[in-house]
This record gives sequence, C-alpha cells and structure tokens, in this order.
Amino acid sequence: MEFNDNEAIYLQIAGYVGENILRQQWPPDQKIPSVRDLAAELQVNPNTVMRTYEFLQGQGVVYNKRGLGMFVAPDAGQKVQAFRRERFLQQELPNFFNTISLLGIGFEELAQRYEQFKAAQAAIPSLSTHEKQ
Amino acid sequence: MVRIRNLHFGYSRRALQLENLNLDLLRGRIYGLLGKNGAGKSTLLKNIVGLAFPQSGTCELDGHAAARRRPDTLQDLFFLPEDVQVPPVTATQLAASTGVFYPRFDEGAFHEYLRELDVPSMKQLTALSYGQQKKVLIAFALATNTSLLVLDEPTNGLDIPSKAQFRKLVARALGEERCVIISTHQVRDLDSLIDTVLVLHERRIVLNETIDQLAEQLSFGTAPVGTAPPDVLYAEVAARGQQVIRPNHAGAYSKVDLELLFNALTGPQSAVASYLTQRQHEPVL
Repeated sequence: MEFNDNEAIYLQIAGYVGENILRQQWPPDQKIPSVRDLAAELQVNPNTVMRTYEFLQGQGVVYNKRGLGMFVAPDAGQKVQAFRRERFLQQELPNFFNTISLLGIGFEELAQRYEQFKAAQAAIPSLSTHEKQ
Repeated sequence: MVRIRNLHFGYSRRALQLENLNLDLLRGRIYGLLGKNGAGKSTLLKNIVGLAFPQSGTCELDGHAAARRRPDTLQDLFFLPEDVQVPPVTATQLAASTGVFYPRFDEGAFHEYLRELDVPSMKQLTALSYGQQKKVLIAFALATNTSLLVLDEPTNGLDIPSKAQFRKLVARALGEERCVIISTHQVRDLDSLIDTVLVLHERRIVLNETIDQLAEQLSFGTAPVGTAPPDVLYAEVAARGQQVIRPNHAGAYSKVDLELLFNALTGPQSAVASYLTQRQHEPVL
C-alpha cells in the first residue's frame, strides 16, 4: 500500500478498512485480519494497525470479541459512509471550492457536467453495483 | 528490556566512542537506530548484546548485566551483525545444529520464512550469494523468537523484493513481548516499520521518541527558496524549494521525514534538538 504524506498512517489504514467494508469485501459480522496479519500485509508497524483498530472500535465500525479478534459491526457500512461524508465535506470540499472559484467555474457548468457524469455512470454498470449482486 | 546508564566505551582509553550514554528500550517496540558512519551504532549494539564491555556504567538486559553473558540472557537474544559469516552447512542443518540454543526456536517458521524470502534450504550456505546468506540468517533470527532481536543493517545487500518481504516478516514477528532494534542508513526501507527513532550522535543518544510523538511536536513541510518562514527550526534547500521543520502548533499531521530530521539533529547547534528537549521538560498540564 502506498501512503501519502498528509495524513497519519493509522488513519490511512482506517480508510483502507472502510473501503473494504463499503465494497462488501468484509461483510457485517465477519472477522477482519488480525493486527499481525494486516501489519504484515501492509508492511507497517503492528502498533500502527493496533491504533487503527482502536480508532475504528471507538467509531463503532468494528467490535472486539474477547479472544477471537475484531469483527465488522452490523451497521459498519453506514458508519463508514457517515464518517467519510463528514471528512469529504470538511476537508476535500473546501479545496474543491477553492479551485473552482480560482478558475471561475460556475455552478451551472458543474450541474451540467454532473448530469453528464450520472448519465455515463448509468450507461455502464458501475463497479460497486456490480459487486453488490 | 534494555537499560543503559552512564555508559562509557572506547576501543582505546583516549578516544571514547560512547560517553555517558543513557538509554531505555521497551518490549513491544521496533526501534530504528540511526547514526552517521562511525558514530558508534554497531559498538552500541555490541554493548547491548554482550560482545563489548563498558569501561564504566551499566548495560542491563532485564536486570542482568549484558557483559556477564549469562546463558539465560543469551538464549533470549539474537544479534545479526552487519557482515554475516555462514558455516559450510545447509539451512536445514543450521536449524538442527544452532536452533537448539534458543528454547523458542520454531523450525516450521524458519522454513516458511526461507520460502517467503525465496532461499533454498538444501543448498550449502557458503555456495549462496551474500544477499541469500543474509536472508537465511534473517529468517533464522526471526525464527528464534527471542525477546530481544538486534539487527545491524539488515537490509544491506537485499534486493528490491526482499526488502518488502523483510518488512512483512518483521511486522509479523513483533509481539508485545518482543523488542526489535534495527540499525540502518536506509531510512526509506524501514520508514513505516519502526515506531521509535533513536539517533546516536557525538557519543550519546540525542533522540529516543516515537514517530507519533514526533509528528505531534514537529511539522515537516516546504517553503519557497530565499524566504525565512517564522519560527523555523531547520531548513534545507532541495529541488522543490526549502524543506523545513517547524514546531507543530496547529496540531496538523505531516509525515515525519526521517532523513530531514536526522540532518537537523546531527548538524551544528540543532534547534530541533533543543526544541524537543525543552518540550520534554515542560510540565504536562
């Protein structure tokens, strides 16, 4: 996994776990990899993965079964989505606004392009809907 | 796990390599030991594993002087030197002849590590290339399951895929009871693997902090050349402008640039070093 420099690695790993949950690779109540296994897979310090799991547990995305390991919470998908939504609105959207105001791109043009984007998405079955079947 | 107090060491009485050095190492951590050429990294490691004896001061492993070389201590530590030498046997024979000295040696794991590192186990070690020999000993070191694992420049001589394999194996090998020390010049090889950074400079340990603590206290970024950003602690001219270290007042995250940090700490009159020391002495409210 390639890490970027702007976000703590434990949070980037939380993003990776969230991605797997949203893509249904790790469905509700499924056991997720142990700290050791995920650390080995991502080639990072196990203490970092431990911090990720503690963070996700605090968010209610995963839960701990004593002696058995970490499991995906039943409503993990909604929680991940809510969390990512909040993060997008707080962090990415201001940057986006900054760029469109700098380049003088108006909402009308955006709305038009967004419609085109949705039409294109509908024409080809997208990856996520494909996987849900 | 390791406790060093006021340690003095030199190969001759007149030139000390380590002077009044203090260091505590804990279990459950992977330490990265950084230092310039000749700073005494290997010397420090040899003192820790009982291959060099302090002139004064103490170096203790779980309360016992490393220099006493008690069998109980030695069977619970493994040291991989920078320049490895292998006996004329196969990996399988090595496991049989040498594994017995380590009570928790796991032969199954040893062969699994060899497979993952892509080394044959039935070939004479002396017939293997240097990199392959090194990989056999890395696999052996990890399979001993000793509480203390000391690796001196382990990634030297490894090819590109083996470095990734090495990180995977070490990440899996760390447990709460294990303490791993890795000395290295290739910080980029080990960047996300180590959790605590040790810097040895001018005969002492000038840094012993976790990467998380460093990221909380310092901010790593860039600034246009020719400007002097306020409260900058260290600046270095690079291709894309100056790379700078500043106090992290805003609490924002930036990745700890170990190379930059190392240069900042080993340069003359390091403002970063005094900033970190001053922070340590501030009362926690």
